[in-house]
Amino acid sequence: MINSSLKTLSQMLAKKEVSSVELTQAFLNRINTFNPEINAYIALDQDRTLAQAKAADVRITAGNAEPLTGIPIAQKDIFCANGWKTTCGSKMLANFVAPYDAQVITKFDAAGAVNLGKTNMDEFAMGSSNETSYFGGVKNPWDFTRVPGGSSGGSAAAVAARLCAAASGTDTGGSIRQPASLCGLTGLKPTYGVVSRYGMIAFASSLDQAGPMAKSAEDCALMMNVMAGFDERDSTSLNREKEDYARDLNKPLQGLRVGLPKEFFAEGLDANVGKVIEAAIAEYKKLGAEIVEISLPNTGLSIPVYYVLAPAEASSNLSRYDGVRYGHRAAEYTDLMDMYCKSRAEGFGAEVKRRILIGTYVLSAGYYDAYYLKAQQIRRLIAQDFEEAFKHCDVIMGPAAPSTAFKAGEKVDDPVAMYLQDIYTISTNLAGLPGMSVPAGFSTGDDGKALPVGLQIIGNYFDEARMLNVAHQYQQVTDWHTRMPDLPTPQGTK
Amino acid sequence: MEWEVVIGLETHAQLQTKTKIFSGASTAFGSEPNTQACEVSIALPGVLPVLNKEAVNCAIKFGLAVNAEITPRSVFARKNYFYPDLPKGYQISQYELPVVGKGAVTIQVPAVGKNAAYEKVVNITRAHLEEDAGKSVHGAVEGMSGIDLNRAGTPLLEIVTEPDMRSAAEAVAYAKKLHELVQWIGICDGNMQEGSFRCDVNVSVRPKGTEKLGTRREIKNLNSFKFMQQAIEFETRWQIETLEDGGKIQQATVLFNPDTGETRAMRSKEEANDYRYFPDPDLLPLEITEADKARVRALMPELPEAMKARFESEYGLTSYDAATLTASRDVANYFVDAVNAGADAKPAANWVMGAISAKLNVEEKSITESPLNAAQLASLLKRIADNTISNNAAKQVFEAMWAGEGEVDTIIEAKGLKQVSDTGAIEAIIDEVLAANAAMVEEFKAGKEKAFNALVGQAMKASKGKANPAQVNEMLKKKLGA
Repeated sequence: MINSSLKTLSQMLAKKEVSSVELTQAFLNRINTFNPEINAYIALDQDRTLAQAKAADVRITAGNAEPLTGIPIAQKDIFCANGWKTTCGSKMLANFVAPYDAQVITKFDAAGAVNLGKTNMDEFAMGSSNETSYFGGVKNPWDFTRVPGGSSGGSAAAVAARLCAAASGTDTGGSIRQPASLCGLTGLKPTYGVVSRYGMIAFASSLDQAGPMAKSAEDCALMMNVMAGFDERDSTSLNREKEDYARDLNKPLQGLRVGLPKEFFAEGLDANVGKVIEAAIAEYKKLGAEIVEISLPNTGLSIPVYYVLAPAEASSNLSRYDGVRYGHRAAEYTDLMDMYCKSRAEGFGAEVKRRILIGTYVLSAGYYDAYYLKAQQIRRLIAQDFEEAFKHCDVIMGPAAPSTAFKAGEKVDDPVAMYLQDIYTISTNLAGLPGMSVPAGFSTGDDGKALPVGLQIIGNYFDEARMLNVAHQYQQVTDWHTRMPDLPTPQGTK
Repeated sequence: MEWEVVIGLETHAQLQTKTKIFSGASTAFGSEPNTQACEVSIALPGVLPVLNKEAVNCAIKFGLAVNAEITPRSVFARKNYFYPDLPKGYQISQYELPVVGKGAVTIQVPAVGKNAAYEKVVNITRAHLEEDAGKSVHGAVEGMSGIDLNRAGTPLLEIVTEPDMRSAAEAVAYAKKLHELVQWIGICDGNMQEGSFRCDVNVSVRPKGTEKLGTRREIKNLNSFKFMQQAIEFETRWQIETLEDGGKIQQATVLFNPDTGETRAMRSKEEANDYRYFPDPDLLPLEITEADKARVRALMPELPEAMKARFESEYGLTSYDAATLTASRDVANYFVDAVNAGADAKPAANWVMGAISAKLNVEEKSITESPLNAAQLASLLKRIADNTISNNAAKQVFEAMWAGEGEVDTIIEAKGLKQVSDTGAIEAIIDEVLAANAAMVEEFKAGKEKAFNALVGQAMKASKGKANPAQVNEMLKKKLGA
């Protein structure tokens, strides 16, 4: 049951083969068993969760269930949820209980989904390994000595370890796709503006976008049907007609033009990962796809541009955490300036501070033109690269991450090496394009452990339904996405 | 050396919208602290701004009223700084691309001493939309400072002039004109005590005849025109004296102390913040089309200049009278209401600018608080026009109506002020007067013109002032064969 698709679970609930309370309890039991070790969840509230499950059962009995009614979903701790501790992985908000719901939470609630808990994440979504979380790192279910990726590491680990049926994530530079790749999941970052950012704690406003992390493309489509939609409370939300993201899942791929950017297969890509991606491309050829060589010449600039723009926005977005109204305030201080300095020095971790400093620097008088404005100009060039590429292909494919999951602690002291984890994902955020990661196989490392590899699929604006179709067809002829890690029995249990 | 003062103004006009500029919280003044602070006002994690279209309409109205360029695509920017009453750690404002560009207003500078009144054009540099901050409240809890975020997010239009003004009188005339204009077009209630209309004044001095601007000091938050006048005069003297004593002016923000009448530096601009402005990624650029402008224009009231021209052509008023009446929309409305209620324009204008204005001044009331409404004024003026009462009697009736003693006809009746226009009655009085003053009649016949006026006076006295003076005149002439 814990390994079932959302569609199967929905049918089981409808046929009363299982109740939402039973299903939810099954996941809660697994969480109680495995979470102490994996640390995927920051906040759990069993009573609240089961109350939602009970309400879902009533709704199912009443006959007005929706596809996700009664299904236990984990929410990244970046979404404000009324009455829930909402920390964003930071000491700054360690005791913050949100008094309102993010639009994403409102939509899951309206759909009757059950909120299993809030998942661990890099502090303020800044990181690629989940190691910047104030609440400790998350273990990759495929190998507990390795990281799950980040920043949505808790959500990724929770789905991979079957500690939830599916999860929400957010992606500013790869925070859905890289952990999905490292944990063997299907994760989708939609076109910027498709999912409302209201109530989603801001990191870099022009790049942040929420999306689903699940076991399959079909599950992602069902999640998208709940998450997507215009919200007048988010001025960057796009007012488009409601769509069914599952509508094209079963279309054949005959004639699909797949663009392979040569820059995604150059130096820096792990050779074994490259082989897995090539094998996946070969599978697509069998499905009738046509392969097109393309170029995204400014790919190499995406990381420097991102590390100007994202910190610039972050430095401003994080100014509200000043100890005045909520959040961490230093216990002792001499005056206002001292209170600000101490509260922020104590409340933020090293990576967050690093980015606030970078962002403050690039926005400062005298540096703004050379950094922020220049980066904005290059951002437009990167978007133009994609515009040109999509004249020759329908989707772009490549690796989602340059390597498989790395060891915990391996990159914490080398921020640039950590930043390079997002080399293939960042450019789509800069362009506002949708991207996803799909399990494409395994790569065996030096220690003999098989670790998942994700294939990235990048689509044109609003092409999520086609991308899900492309992923789904692949998942009809492969079983990588159904593989599940063998979790070691925790110590102290039988 | 002769010095010249150079003055520019930055005015924050609080816009009269029901809700805040980026959220649905109410903007009402004077509520219990933090009762009008929603999740956006408090800047909870995850909240986002949504622009209030009414605030944009206000900005368009202002742009149209000062013949300004209205920017087709303006941009909201974040002004970053830390302060406890600034919940987000940045203020959403406009920086490089403001919603309103260059415009102008014409001011009337009143006569001072031997200097005659004159007209002057003050150029507007720009006007931009921004949000207000909250307030720090000191002492509500002993030893602590509190924060009230009710005002946080209230929409403001910041209106910036060129350094075009050359005296305190010009600066005050501009501020008064702007104050009236924003109320006239209905975008600001103009309440200076509650901070709805706040002026910051930039003052510098330079040797007369030179071009280069001197170093300026900015006088903050002047909440009355009187203080503005005093502050500029003090500041100008201080700067001139400082320079003449060989000192230098440091750029600074200064505060005016109404008790001492002095300005004093608050903080040096040298340690000024670097606000790190950048476009707010949470808000799309503000696009204003020709159609938007046309729609707002259709809702605009007639502007003061247009109304002044109309008063001259339609009512035959002098340019001076028309300008005086249109200096305030409420006054202009009162005048128009009186005319529409049947008063003749010219006497209505005279009464509004004369007796009524004088009474209001004494009682420190605005015309909207006048005990005598426009319809009542019209009823009074009609009784003068139809000869029911004389101008003299009208003054008594006016006083009684002002005191709330009743409507015009009731008062005329009660006080017995009705003018005698009955030919027979007047003839009888004149006959009596002529009989009793034979000497005067002789004098008149001998060519003494003054005797005639004395006879008129006697007749009016005999009628207890009630006889129609014109009739008395006419009949007396006839009787005397003059």
